[in-house]
Amino acid sequence: MMAAHLKKRVYEEFSKVVQQHPLEEVPAKKLRLTKPSKSAALHLDLCKATNPTDALQYLLQFARKTVEAESVEGVARILLEHYYKETDTSVRLKIASLLGLLSKTQGFSPDCIVDDAISTLNNEKSHQVLAQLLDTLLVIGTQLPDSVAITQRLIEVACKHLSDTYFGVRNKCLQLLGCLGTVDKPLTKESDATTGTSGAPTRDVQSVISDYFADQDPRVRTAAIKAMLQLHDRGMKLQQTIYNQACKLLNDDYEQVRSAAVQMVWVLSQLYAESIVPIPSSNEEIRLVDDSFGKICHMVSDGSWVVRVQAAKLLGSMLQVSPHFLEQTLDKKLMSDLRRKRTAHERAKELYASGEFSSGRRWADDAPKEKVDTSGVNLIDSGACGAFVHGLEDEMYEVRTASVEALCLLAQSSASFAEKCLDFLVDMFNDEIEEVRLQSIHALRQISIHITLREDQLDTVLAVLEDSSRDIREALHELLCYTNVSTKECIQLALLELLKNLTKYPTDRNSVWKCLKFLGVRHPTLVLPLVPELLSTHPYFDTPEPDMDDPAYIAVLVLVFNAAKSCPTMSALFSDHTFRHYAYLRDSLSHLVPQLRLPGKKLTSGLGSEACGPGSGSVESARLFLQDSLAHVSMLQSLEAPGAQDLLDFTIRDLQRLGELQTELAGSADFCATYLRCQLLLTKALQEKLWNIAVPLCLKQNAMASAAVKQILEETYKLEFLYSGLETRQVATIHHVRLQAKALQLVLTARTKRGVDPLIGISEKFIQEVESFQRLFMSELPHFQESFVEKLLEVMPRLVACKPLDLVKILQTTLRQSGFLHLKIPEQIHRASATIIEPTGESDNPLRFTTGLVVALDIDATLEHVQEPQNTVKVQVLYPDGQAHIIHPKPGDFRHPGPGRVRLITQVYLSHSAWTEPCQIEVRLLLAYSSSTSKLSSPKPAWNESTEGLPQTESSIEGTIPLSKPVKVFIMPKLARR
Amino acid sequence: MPEIKVTPLGAGQDVGRSCILVSIGGKNIMLDCGMHMGYNDDRRFPDFSYITQNGRLTEFLDCVIISHFHLDHCGALPYMSEMVGYDGPIYMTHPTKAICPILLEDFRKITVDKKGETNFFTSQMIKDCMKKVVPINLHQTVQVDDELEIKAYYAGHVLGAAMVQIKVGAESVVYTGDYNMTPDRHLGAAWIDKCRPDILITESTYATTIRDSKRCRERDFLKKVHETVERGGKVLIPVFALGRAQELCILLETFWERMNLKAPIYFSTGLTEKANHYYKLFITWTNQKIRKTFVQRNMFEFKHIKAFDRTYADNPGPMVVFATPGMLHAGQSLQIFKKWAGNEKNMVIMPGYCVQGTIGHKILNGQKKLEIEGRATLEVKLQVEYMSFSAHADAKGIMQLIRMAEPRNILLVHGEAKKMEFLKDKIEQEFNVSCFMPANGETTTVETNPSVPVDISLNLLKREMALGGPLPDPKKPRTMHGTLIMKDNSLRLLQDPHSDADTLTRIYTHLKSVLKAYTIQHLPDGTVMVESIVIKVSSTAEEPNIKVILLSWSYQDEELGSFLSTLLKKGLPAGL
Repeated sequence: MMAAHLKKRVYEEFSKVVQQHPLEEVPAKKLRLTKPSKSAALHLDLCKATNPTDALQYLLQFARKTVEAESVEGVARILLEHYYKETDTSVRLKIASLLGLLSKTQGFSPDCIVDDAISTLNNEKSHQVLAQLLDTLLVIGTQLPDSVAITQRLIEVACKHLSDTYFGVRNKCLQLLGCLGTVDKPLTKESDATTGTSGAPTRDVQSVISDYFADQDPRVRTAAIKAMLQLHDRGMKLQQTIYNQACKLLNDDYEQVRSAAVQMVWVLSQLYAESIVPIPSSNEEIRLVDDSFGKICHMVSDGSWVVRVQAAKLLGSMLQVSPHFLEQTLDKKLMSDLRRKRTAHERAKELYASGEFSSGRRWADDAPKEKVDTSGVNLIDSGACGAFVHGLEDEMYEVRTASVEALCLLAQSSASFAEKCLDFLVDMFNDEIEEVRLQSIHALRQISIHITLREDQLDTVLAVLEDSSRDIREALHELLCYTNVSTKECIQLALLELLKNLTKYPTDRNSVWKCLKFLGVRHPTLVLPLVPELLSTHPYFDTPEPDMDDPAYIAVLVLVFNAAKSCPTMSALFSDHTFRHYAYLRDSLSHLVPQLRLPGKKLTSGLGSEACGPGSGSVESARLFLQDSLAHVSMLQSLEAPGAQDLLDFTIRDLQRLGELQTELAGSADFCATYLRCQLLLTKALQEKLWNIAVPLCLKQNAMASAAVKQILEETYKLEFLYSGLETRQVATIHHVRLQAKALQLVLTARTKRGVDPLIGISEKFIQEVESFQRLFMSELPHFQESFVEKLLEVMPRLVACKPLDLVKILQTTLRQSGFLHLKIPEQIHRASATIIEPTGESDNPLRFTTGLVVALDIDATLEHVQEPQNTVKVQVLYPDGQAHIIHPKPGDFRHPGPGRVRLITQVYLSHSAWTEPCQIEVRLLLAYSSSTSKLSSPKPAWNESTEGLPQTESSIEGTIPLSKPVKVFIMPKLARR
Repeated sequence: MPEIKVTPLGAGQDVGRSCILVSIGGKNIMLDCGMHMGYNDDRRFPDFSYITQNGRLTEFLDCVIISHFHLDHCGALPYMSEMVGYDGPIYMTHPTKAICPILLEDFRKITVDKKGETNFFTSQMIKDCMKKVVPINLHQTVQVDDELEIKAYYAGHVLGAAMVQIKVGAESVVYTGDYNMTPDRHLGAAWIDKCRPDILITESTYATTIRDSKRCRERDFLKKVHETVERGGKVLIPVFALGRAQELCILLETFWERMNLKAPIYFSTGLTEKANHYYKLFITWTNQKIRKTFVQRNMFEFKHIKAFDRTYADNPGPMVVFATPGMLHAGQSLQIFKKWAGNEKNMVIMPGYCVQGTIGHKILNGQKKLEIEGRATLEVKLQVEYMSFSAHADAKGIMQLIRMAEPRNILLVHGEAKKMEFLKDKIEQEFNVSCFMPANGETTTVETNPSVPVDISLNLLKREMALGGPLPDPKKPRTMHGTLIMKDNSLRLLQDPHSDADTLTRIYTHLKSVLKAYTIQHLPDGTVMVESIVIKVSSTAEEPNIKVILLSWSYQDEELGSFLSTLLKKGLPAGL
């Protein structure tokens, strides 16, 4: 080993001498071996190697290094040279594989070594090496997809070696054909002559490949199917003629073949869905997609679970299948002792129809009915029969999950099928594996627009509400939000179970309320007859007023009020305290309780006209109001006009209030308000009289101004990163404000700091920022007329040249002269927000633990409109002594219950030195950002002529924005007892 | 023609005392050795005198295979091995070996200690019998002797249940034992590969039934229990100690866990505890869920299920009790039933079939007043529910297994004749293979057409390759010439050393090795050319072993020619 090292060292030192060697040998090729290259060293190493083991060692070492693109060819030639000399197969094999590896080098075009690589094939005796060489050719071929001639040659080579006796060689040939073959061009005649195969003079790739569907080796059969699929993936159209062969392969003895064959049948079914195929042993004909659907269904009861999973998954995407076949998949004729029996589903339906739901089952209640005609019973499932019944009962949960998935997909596109598969999905709620249960609940939610639950079905669904897993319960709440039910008893049942759920798991409060809200909205007419009972009103007697803090009572009210929204007669049934409670809830839980038109009641609106508008109109009018307010503001040319600031103040207040009232517009309103506030702050800071007073006299004003600057900067980061749905124009506007703030900061620094030195750095940086602004928002610049930036850019050449103090002066005047830039309201803006549900901060019991050890604090929070929460959301823990810890939750802690919403359920570990008394810590969520991850910098600017300066990374600022309100938790670290 | 003979001694058109004799390739195998629950006389055991009138069975049987631990499959084992006399190997899976003696001992106790029978096997005999057992693993090929090999496949049904493939040479038989094609809460589904046996001997208990999904039944069961417990009622579940009991335990245990329920669940002790211990041990035999989660927690280490004490029955508040025996005919389950029967809040759930005459059967038929032990009448107010949890394959399951194994013949056992008839028709109609259903003592003979494997010498193969086309085609037969040698039970196909062509080849190879510098050609017309010298081999029909070698050369090559002739006169080296 040592010797080898030494040897290498020697060659590295003398490599300058040696490198000429390949140059002389192949003068025709242009080789630029400027650096002492590895090729030379390798060459000598290989020459020195006395036995194959040594040579192999050298090659292995060599394989670990990277080779520059320009020296690849030289290395390849040396390897080829050795290849011819080498007698040991394993070394040749390694060389062949290295050639493949080298061909992949970026920037190297392997067309120069194609000929040599092909010629090596001719003399090779070892099958393994042959296979490896073909693999190398495959790599070369995929590197040169455009060269038709080379592709053609490679295909010829592949065809020639297809008749090899070793399976590996045949495999590689098929792979090559799959990756490079073309359908439209039949193989040339001479290639056929060389293969020596009989038959048609010209044959295309597909028929050549399909010959190997019947190969003796299952691995080759698999490779042939895969090659065919590869052709399909490359956009070649497969011929329908292989359908029958593919179907035969479904009965192969080997699971890998069956697995590939299932895929192929599926591909063909998608390609030729409407073709007609005959049914064997009968005169009938059916559509190909139906036929293949039946065949794939058959595979759901295959012996290998891998195949079963695959079959079940593929079924989900066969949407063109006829409804008749689709419905068969759920069909299972029961029989007991040769007599027809009804399934539990059918019995439940009948029981329900007869009005006797929930009667206990009696002995022999499921007694078989009529005698079955023995000849009519078909025990072997022909075609699609009962495929999903099998799939859902499978032993492996992978198959069950795949079946649920497929069922869901198919049901989404067919209402009648959705109706039918309902019972089966509900049955899956009882699966032993939580994942499957959860998935089936989600599946039911997805198809629930198509279906209306019967009472007995609802009953089964609701039973799951008692599940101890929070995920399951919440998924179920989500499901109930989308569920349609048929009778008022259903509503009652659902309410009852939800209340039970509430008492058993009080933490589900929010989720349950939300669920009832939607239940009410969906079924106003069903809730109406229940109202007296729900509110326990009595026609003659006054009933005691319920406790307003009782979550169960709130739950009932949420249901009633939401139903009342579209059922005006309902409010007549309310008693006095109900109205009071309404007012209270409308204020405290405005997201759950809608605006109602109550007779004789004053509406608690502070916004006049738009809040009075009923239902959907109010959103429109709110939007109008938003536009109006902004239009008012945009009238202002300069903020220094008298009254302008007042108007701004009012507008900001209005917008904030609007945001609170109209959740749909909260994002936009907040965004605008924040922007206006920034502008206001900026104007105020500029308005201060400080600009005319001598420096020493205005320390106080300076402090105020710099505080304003700081705040503006903070707000701009919030504007940029907290809101989603921003357009480039808005981002540019935000950056513009930031630029202004920075300019102000620069001016302030110039005034407070003595000397020029500190200024130089800052002003350079500022100029860079202006430049980068210009680069980033080139397309937006037309919108920035008369703005600060435009003015700066006009004098840019001067700025770059001038001294810092001059720069400050320019900035000072530009800042004061520049106009107020108006905001264009973005279409759809959402503000990222988070609420910590747990810990609630209400507990007075401190969390006790021993110092030096850790305690885990469960955190449960919902995040809304946060993009990439896995990367951006952090948990901050603030200890009373000012220590702050930031914890990054694991990606797995984020769950996605619905679009735009994320749930964070995680644990943070707390630890601290001993305290004498319990104290509160603060826990909050933060949104981490860095300006380099700004939404605009992701596509690289195309005009990157100046790559030496890296303005983006340089100016990247990392920081955090508080995302949620802090929650206080009592903790008490104690000294360990000894 | 070689044939396989199958004779059921029990379980032929019947359920109980499974015992099937198979003769295959000169080997005799006994599959299962069970007892019949319905009889208390001699009929309860299989009639071993069918094998031999007197003397031990050892010399007639090559091995005994037990599929699972149910008594109707292993109950007669100690009787056969110790009392009739058998010393050969008995094969069973590890769990079966562990649990089987517990059940046999229990069976012995009831028969001898309670019923007072005398001529019965003793505890010692059970122990001696178990010493003869050889445990096998799933998918492990066990070589019983040089020719006979067996292999076990997973069968579901109960813990440790196995299907066995018996193979002698190219002939094979698969015996399924009892199996289940749908997974349940603690066991997986039966599985077999496409082994294409000559005969598949399958159970057919539910030959005429197609069952509904298990989930509905499970859900109903759980709902009933849950509702009763919520009402504050007590639930009694009479069970047999092993098998379904564990499934129901897992079902309730996970449900309690999921739903966060607090009511206690009890299990009446006895042999269950021991058995539960084995369930904990043999995790690999259980279903996917239990296998995957046992690292965190073994599902059979019940959190909510505790041992029952008879005083608990009077405790107030809700509870669930599993008690033996399953048909409420005696023992603890009956005692508890008597205590709880009067309260309509309570419930009894019968998870299995009840024999006529037992209290279980009476209450299932809606009888409201019971006379117990001839004295007081007991009023039945509690709710009675029936839930069938059977672990046999239904008709579809049987068909599915047949499809998986692709047998050439099928033989039905362990079922009622009438039902078998139906299934037999269906099988013959849909698979187009012959199906048999012999009665006890009736022998079914199936002729097999085994392919005879012959070793072929590499040289011959290579020569054929060189002459013939590119690849052997599995679908087309091809003739080749060689010598077949039958020696020591093995067949070898060799290159014929005495044909002319072969001699020529040998000469060719010899010359090739000696005369390195010359061009030597083996021409297709049966000659060898060395430069211009032609060599031919011929022989007469009368004396094929005497070869005449002809050398012809022209004068120019005199030197080489004479060298060759002297070389060939020396003969060929021994190696060729």
